[in-house]
Amino acid sequence: MQIAEIFETMSYGPAPETAKPALDWLAAHDRRFQLFIDNGWRDPAEDGWFTITNPATGQELAQVAQGSAADVGAAVAAAHAAAPGWRALPGHLRARYLYALARQIQKQARLLAVLETLDNGKPIRETRDLDIPLVARHFYYHAGWAQLMATSFPDYEPVGVIGQIIPWNFPLLMLAWKVAPALAMGNTVVLKPAEYTPLTALLFAEIVAAVGLPPGVLNVVTGDGTTGALLVEHPDIDKIAFTGSTEVGRIIRRTTAGTGKRLSLELGGKSPFIVFDDADLDSAVEGVVDAIWFNQGQVCCAGSRLLVQEGVAPLLHSKLRARMERLRIGDPLDKAIDIGAIVAPVQLERINTLVQQGVADGATLWQPSWACPTEGSFFPPTLFTDVAPASNLAQVEIFGPVLVSMTFRTPSEAVLLANNTRYGLAASVWSEDINLALDVAQGIKAGTIWINSTNLFDAAAGFGGYRESGFGREGGKEGLWDYLKLRVAIRGVGIAPVSSPVDPAPVAGSNGHAPASNGHLPAALFESVPIDRTAKLYIGGKQARPDSGYSRPIHDPQGRLLGEVGIGNRKDIRNAVEAARSAAAGWAKQTGHVRAQILYYLAENLAVRTAEFARRIADQRGASEADGRREVEAALEALFSAAAWADKYDGAVHQTPMRTVTLAVHEPVGVLGIACPDAAPLLALIVLVAPALAMGNTVVVIPSPHAPLTATDLYQVLETSDLPSGVLNIVTGDRDELGKVLAEHDDVDGVWYAGPQSGQAMIERASSGNMKRTWTLDGVDWQSPPTDEILRAATQVKNIWVPFGA
Amino acid sequence: MNAPVVSDIVERNPGTAFDLGVVQAVRVNRSAVERRAATIPIRRTVKREWQAAWLLRALTCIDLTTLSGDDTPGTVRRLCAKARQPVRQEILAALDMGHADLHVGAVCVYHALVPTAVESLAGSGIPVAAVSTGFPAGLNPFEQRLAEIKASVAAGAQEIDIVISRAHVLQGDWQALYDEIQAFRTACGTAHMKTILATGELGTLRNVARASMVCMQAGADFIKTSTGKESVNATLPVSLVMVRAIRTFYEQTGYCVGFKPAGGIRTAKQSLDWLSLIKEELGDRWLHADLFRFGASSLLGDIERQLEHYVTGHYASLAYQPLG
Repeated sequence: MQIAEIFETMSYGPAPETAKPALDWLAAHDRRFQLFIDNGWRDPAEDGWFTITNPATGQELAQVAQGSAADVGAAVAAAHAAAPGWRALPGHLRARYLYALARQIQKQARLLAVLETLDNGKPIRETRDLDIPLVARHFYYHAGWAQLMATSFPDYEPVGVIGQIIPWNFPLLMLAWKVAPALAMGNTVVLKPAEYTPLTALLFAEIVAAVGLPPGVLNVVTGDGTTGALLVEHPDIDKIAFTGSTEVGRIIRRTTAGTGKRLSLELGGKSPFIVFDDADLDSAVEGVVDAIWFNQGQVCCAGSRLLVQEGVAPLLHSKLRARMERLRIGDPLDKAIDIGAIVAPVQLERINTLVQQGVADGATLWQPSWACPTEGSFFPPTLFTDVAPASNLAQVEIFGPVLVSMTFRTPSEAVLLANNTRYGLAASVWSEDINLALDVAQGIKAGTIWINSTNLFDAAAGFGGYRESGFGREGGKEGLWDYLKLRVAIRGVGIAPVSSPVDPAPVAGSNGHAPASNGHLPAALFESVPIDRTAKLYIGGKQARPDSGYSRPIHDPQGRLLGEVGIGNRKDIRNAVEAARSAAAGWAKQTGHVRAQILYYLAENLAVRTAEFARRIADQRGASEADGRREVEAALEALFSAAAWADKYDGAVHQTPMRTVTLAVHEPVGVLGIACPDAAPLLALIVLVAPALAMGNTVVVIPSPHAPLTATDLYQVLETSDLPSGVLNIVTGDRDELGKVLAEHDDVDGVWYAGPQSGQAMIERASSGNMKRTWTLDGVDWQSPPTDEILRAATQVKNIWVPFGA
Repeated sequence: MNAPVVSDIVERNPGTAFDLGVVQAVRVNRSAVERRAATIPIRRTVKREWQAAWLLRALTCIDLTTLSGDDTPGTVRRLCAKARQPVRQEILAALDMGHADLHVGAVCVYHALVPTAVESLAGSGIPVAAVSTGFPAGLNPFEQRLAEIKASVAAGAQEIDIVISRAHVLQGDWQALYDEIQAFRTACGTAHMKTILATGELGTLRNVARASMVCMQAGADFIKTSTGKESVNATLPVSLVMVRAIRTFYEQTGYCVGFKPAGGIRTAKQSLDWLSLIKEELGDRWLHADLFRFGASSLLGDIERQLEHYVTGHYASLAYQPLG
């Protein structure tokens, strides 16, 4: 074009970054990539290959090996063989390796950036300025943790061999988020990159070999979903770390249920972007650009639901439309491009379908006047207004550059709308009033909250979801726990469960009819119990009769009747969960000091009844009263311990390299279901329930089916201890039957299960409905419980980023 | 409101009534502004002929400035000659722009040198701008400041760069600021008034935004960042806040107010960053000298060097560019 003409129009011209070094690198490998196992390259066992294309052009980039069962097996074996040496290496030496990886990544930064853009279609500006610098930052940061592991985590050891499955939206960054902490904590890794975008992982594998990481410490097996499934199913994997869709996460949860494999999942989202009328609206508009038009909106934490205070909605929308008109879409290698290509035609198709459906549903669509490139997979930035929360557009994760906008009137309505989703990954809150912003941040159920900002990431801050957005954290100290486990010596060995000598059988309740199969004569047995104490269920602060109308007798090991407890059923669980849910918000807002006072008061009231509880324990277990007294004393100590922690389990202020206060806040998980073990019926219940309450959770507890009377005896203690109604609910009955109802309940946020292996598998599988957190325990020494494990299970970390500046 | 197009003739901002509500409604989030400002130079870039064309446009927007205590009629005449012929003719010819009558936006001097500049620029179409109102501190008696404006206008200055009383901003006395600027505007008459906020002395970006709104309400033709004498002068975050205020004022009133960053803009690359900022935030209409100026003295030399580099393919020396 003529300079004179440009001088008049002041248009932008092309500003391409050269692809030559990356294309040369591909050519040097004959555009064909094998599997990386034991620091060597090998052909796939079944000679399968698949094609990698550039989404911006549709042209083929390379052929990549399709990993089969034999390949996954070889990689896992290599990781296993490397594990003892790697974990035995002093932290300082692992730090040197991670440091070397960080340095090499920086040295090859531009090649990695260009290759990522070719492979994924995202703009070079993003890969160059965001992805790759953050990749290096993660390795630097975790080199530090490798150095500090021995002194910071003396009671912990590596988990073992980790299978890591990463998505295509941030290929190398997600690799770094997973590989860096795993290696730092002494684990070895088998990595399965995304099918669409494996190339930077393969270049990273070359870097790994070049820095001389011991063979087998990191292995890369490329392939499609079937390769990932093989990795998930492999028996010698100790933990799976997955980032991807909630749909696949759910399958992984079911597959690994009961295998003992640890699991961390970073899944989907439909994150709210909330703008109050006192926000800097021009800056909020830029925030929206960074929220939903970053990486073409293919971001799990994309701010895809714009919630605007009604009074400023028209103004904000008009500013937004003007801004959208100026976005530039096109060749991702162009340095002045805002929006690149959608990763694959199938994704483009999905976005198209959802958008068309939204239009058909009556939402108002707006797109800029300019046209998208016709070659390659491109989709224009899209704004939907007049969207109702009930519409599909407002609920489904579109994973594209599509924003849906809704309005609200008050802060509490904003929070209500924000939380009106199955997800809970992130949120962005815009207001110049810090009181308002922090209040809303506190109310939103999400793992990351950005105040007056969005999509800020750093290795020092944890990232991860609430609810169906998954569990586990990546980054920060909180991210390390997923790659650590308590040493066996610390965790102790368990007390063998007490077996019941009598099969529980239901007897007629006061208003029910005796079942036909029941041969007992309750009246005769009642005579052996001086005064009957009708043990009902404890729901919503009241003793409630079991819905079934059935009770069952509880005997001592000699077969003598000790009492009866109600047989709870799914409706009782439903009622208990409802009570716990209504109490949840108030209890969570209660101060740690007040929660501590209530737990101390519980201890006080339990203490005066020590003899009675000791006798009950002794009777149920057939043990001496001295044994029972010891258990009561231990329970009192556990109550004191939980009360002590109630106002001391502090969060952290992370050192993110920006002018922000980044608060890592410990929040309660929410409504917890806890199924108690048979051993130590009082102590185990208190050891599990008291910290859960101390951290602000409300609880539905299923006591030991064999020794439930200690729990039912607690009702009176609870009633005299100022515990608000609904905070603790007790439902006696069959542990696995009731546990399953809890695990399947969509309004329960977490389930702990201390029972047999078969039950653990059932609970983990059943939990996949709403992807609730599960914690299965066995081998716990209840006299010296793993307190910090319990506290971690009772909390989730929310990172609140608060940039500041006068 | 639709953005104005290049063919629109910009009607001069007559100002509005003082509206404290508008001023107090201003919200500026510093961290968010800084993040956006930081991406301006990396989200946009122009290469090859686009870069050459943009640099030519940048130079037409320069207020070629000398504000030194040792300025003499001799140095000012030299500067005016440079203003008329800012780029060597053979470079322009190589750019196929030889036919274009390219010159800088204005020559900016102290009052004492206005007559010299007016005389030197006669017939060129290049206006003379005078810094005024007790520049740079603006603490002279009010009547003297008004008299200074009138004297410069009488001497032939077509543009007056006034300085505001920072104290009004720092004390939150927006009415006093409005009254002061309105009086200056009246004194300017037909001369265009550029209002220097001295942003480096206003403390916060919110003050910058509020002062911008008040000055525009009081009838500023341009709002300008700095005198060049503060310790911090034109920065991208400050400029972003000011151009957003200009956009808001346009949306509210329909009047286009110009923008002039001044102080510290020395390189061709910086000038492109500012042009990108204007194009992205205000639109193409603002990329012309009637609505955009750089207050700069050494920027022109670097632009010349980059243009020569474009033509010859090798890096150029300042010694080869005629002095202004």
